[in-house]
Parts: sequence; C-alpha cells; structure tokens
Amino acid sequence: MQDPGISVLFKGSNFIRLLEGLSIALRISFLSVVISLLLGFFIGVLISGKNRFLKIVYGIYLNTVRIMPQMVLLFIVFFGSTRVLGINIDAEVSSIIVFAFWGSAEMADLVRGAIKSIPVHQFESAASLGMKKRTIYLKIILPQTLRRLVPSSINLVTRMIKTTSLVMMIGVVEVLKVGQQIIEANRTTSPNIAFWMYGTVFLLYFIACFPISRLSKSLEEKWKLA
Amino acid sequence: MSFIEVEHVSKEYISEGKSFPALKDISISIEKGEIFGVIGLSGAGKSTFVRCLNYLEKPTSGVVRIDGTDLSELKEAQLREKRQKIGMIFQHFNLLMQRNVLDNVAFSLEVSGMKKKEARKKALELLKKVGLEDKKKAYPAQLSGGQKQRVAIARALATEPEIILCDEATSALDPETTRRILEILKDINKEYGITIVVITHAMSVVEEICDRVAVLDSGELKEMGYVSRVFKNPHSKAAKRLIYDSERSVG
Repeated sequence: MQDPGISVLFKGSNFIRLLEGLSIALRISFLSVVISLLLGFFIGVLISGKNRFLKIVYGIYLNTVRIMPQMVLLFIVFFGSTRVLGINIDAEVSSIIVFAFWGSAEMADLVRGAIKSIPVHQFESAASLGMKKRTIYLKIILPQTLRRLVPSSINLVTRMIKTTSLVMMIGVVEVLKVGQQIIEANRTTSPNIAFWMYGTVFLLYFIACFPISRLSKSLEEKWKLA
Repeated sequence: MSFIEVEHVSKEYISEGKSFPALKDISISIEKGEIFGVIGLSGAGKSTFVRCLNYLEKPTSGVVRIDGTDLSELKEAQLREKRQKIGMIFQHFNLLMQRNVLDNVAFSLEVSGMKKKEARKKALELLKKVGLEDKKKAYPAQLSGGQKQRVAIARALATEPEIILCDEATSALDPETTRRILEILKDINKEYGITIVVITHAMSVVEEICDRVAVLDSGELKEMGYVSRVFKNPHSKAAKRLIYDSERSVG
C-alpha cells in the first residue's frame, strides 16, 4: 500500500520545523501589525486635520502601496537596498519594513474613514455642553472611532498575516517554505505528500487567524448597542 | 436690554474660493423667559443662526450678546463656561450610544469635575423631570425617538442652562411625540424660566409653543412678530408661503 503521506508530517523533526516556520511567519506578522496599527493610527489622525500638504503626500503614499504588489515591494527593499544604498538589510527585517509600510498606509485610511464617519453633530453637542476640545476628542470622538475600526482593522490584520507567505520569495524560511522543503525531500517516497503538507500549512494559518476573527466578532457583539 | 441680542450678524462660508452668504445682516432681540421661534425652509440659514448663538459658528460680522456679554470678547475657557449656560438639543439627539441613559446625562457633569455619585444623583432627578427614570439603565439603541430626545433634554438641563436652543428638535418625530416633547419644553420654560429658542420648518411647532417668531428666507430676516399676528396677518411672501403650505398639508 502507498504511504498515505501524513506520516511524513511526524517523521524526524518535520513537525517541529513547521512550527518554527510558523513562528517566524507570526513574528513578522506580529511586529509589522503592531507597527502598522500604531503608526497607521497616528498618520490617520494627522491626515484627518486640515493640512493639505500632508493629505497630498499621504495620497501618493497610499496609492503607491495599493498599486504595487507586495512582492515587488519586498524585492525593492531586500535586493534594491543592497544594490542602490549599499546596505545589507536582513530578509526578515526587510519583510517587516515592507509589511509595516503597507499596513500603516491601509490602517491610516481606515482611521481617516472612521473619524470622518462620526457625525459632526457629535462634536457640536459635546461643544454645546461646554467640553474642552481635548475632552471631546478623547472621550467622545476617539471611543466611537475605535469601535468603528474593529471590523475593518481586524480584516487588515488577517490579510497581513496571510500575505507573509510571500516572504519566502526573499529567502525567509517561514512555514510555507518549510513545507515546500519537506515536500521536495519526500516527493519520491510519498507522492501524496504535497496535499498533506499544504493542507497542514492551511490548518496552521487557520489556527493563527481564527482566534483573531473570533475576537473581532465578540467585540462587535459586546458593542452591539453602540 | 434684551437677554439675547443679535445685531447685524452676517455669516459667509468660503468654499472653493467662492463665498456663500448663509446669514445676511440679521438683528433679533430675545427676552428672558421667552420661547422664540425661528422658522424657514431648509437652506434658509436657521441652523447657522442658532449656532451663532452659542458660537459653534462664529459670525463673519456683527455682534451676539448673551445677558450683556459679547461672545466675541470671550476667551476659549470663558466661552466654554458660557456654553454650559446655553443648552442645545438636536434633530439627531446625539446621545453616546455606548453609554446608558443615566450615564449620558451624568457624563457632562463628570467631565466638568463633579463626583460620579453626585452626578448620577442629579442625572436621576433630571430623568424624573422628563419622565424617564425607569429607563435609566437602557441604552439609546433601545429607546424610541421621543425617549431619546427626552434624554437629550435632561442632558441639556444638567448644566443648569439659562437658555436652551432646539435645532429641529422635533423634526424626526411623529406629531404625537412632537406634542409631548413640546409639552416638556413648555414646562421647563415655566418652571425654571429658561429662555428657549426653537428652530423649525414646521408652522405647527411655532403655533404650539412660541411667543414670537422670526421668519428666515435665504439668509434674510423677512418678518418678526407675535405668533398670532404673523399667522393672522403675514406681511412677507416667505411667511405667507410657510403658512399656506402648512394649511394645505393639514387640509
């Protein structure tokens, strides 16, 4: 009988290697997500003001990120930086730079949208109660903005985690790359291995992303009254 | 001297390099304890006018005096203090959706430094005043429009205002609910002597509660006088049109 392929998963240190790969993917995701959320929020607040210059600069930034495939960005930062700037950026650091660059742009746009969606009446009624501008922003506008941000920003976070699978293109050995290596090594002995391996990688991504979407869901439920 | 004095107030909005006049040389005096109506079709400048009374909008020219104080001479902090004496309620209620009814009323008191317990006690009294004490734990999403507006009134009363501005406060409500809200406003006016300025496009609202009325049209003051006189004998085209339209919609 043919080897069902699943046994390869537990052969030697294969499974440990997969988990190590996953941890690299998650490390890149986590760091770039944290940077994106913070930086994106900051940029989003900035461009919600009246400064035309900032808005134009941000417009170019956002469109650059949107038009350019993430993979091209990765290549530019990883290979381009060595050639043009003569500095050697580690592949993992390059990945984090690219993902944070992308995530911040998208996050800023989400924040801008959320702030804009708060009706001007909210500001007016707080002001008519004699509240300070700072109080109005911190206690009235910000909490509502955060609530509105939850679904869209969680969506961004899971998209970023998924897209980290691209970083193997610049030589980061993350979970997908490990999977491919195991497939290559066992192709002859177990022909079905590709199915089992990619299936496992899928499951690992699912396990990583599912709790995050659950969290989003439960937050939405909790704030349903809002 | 009148309690609220608006002298030659004009307001222009600049948009894409062009200026649009929203108010043109408006002068109105409102007495203490009066219920004063400002009526006009949408775009007439009523909302801009009422926002000039608490300086949510600063007039381009002219003077707004509240109880003798020229608002343009106030510093930021003094203006905020003044605004606490000028409550405002809106068409869309503007409650904080994530807080319950009691906290919505208590919130502004807490922010201005009152202790939480004290603020809630006072908030509860105000909710009794508007007949909503049994809804204190409810969230705005669970209330009807009329109930939300009553919460908004309680909130406006929390800072013990001398004036309440109503910006289309009943426009989103059905006639029966509107009547109840107007009753509450009348009570407040009588009990506390609070001056009330009512902005509306509905003649019936003016008829129901106002002493005097001003008719605005395209940013201009067309007519002003006692409600009974304006209704019986409107001089301006704008007033005639408003009265004629409202009669037609009733009949």
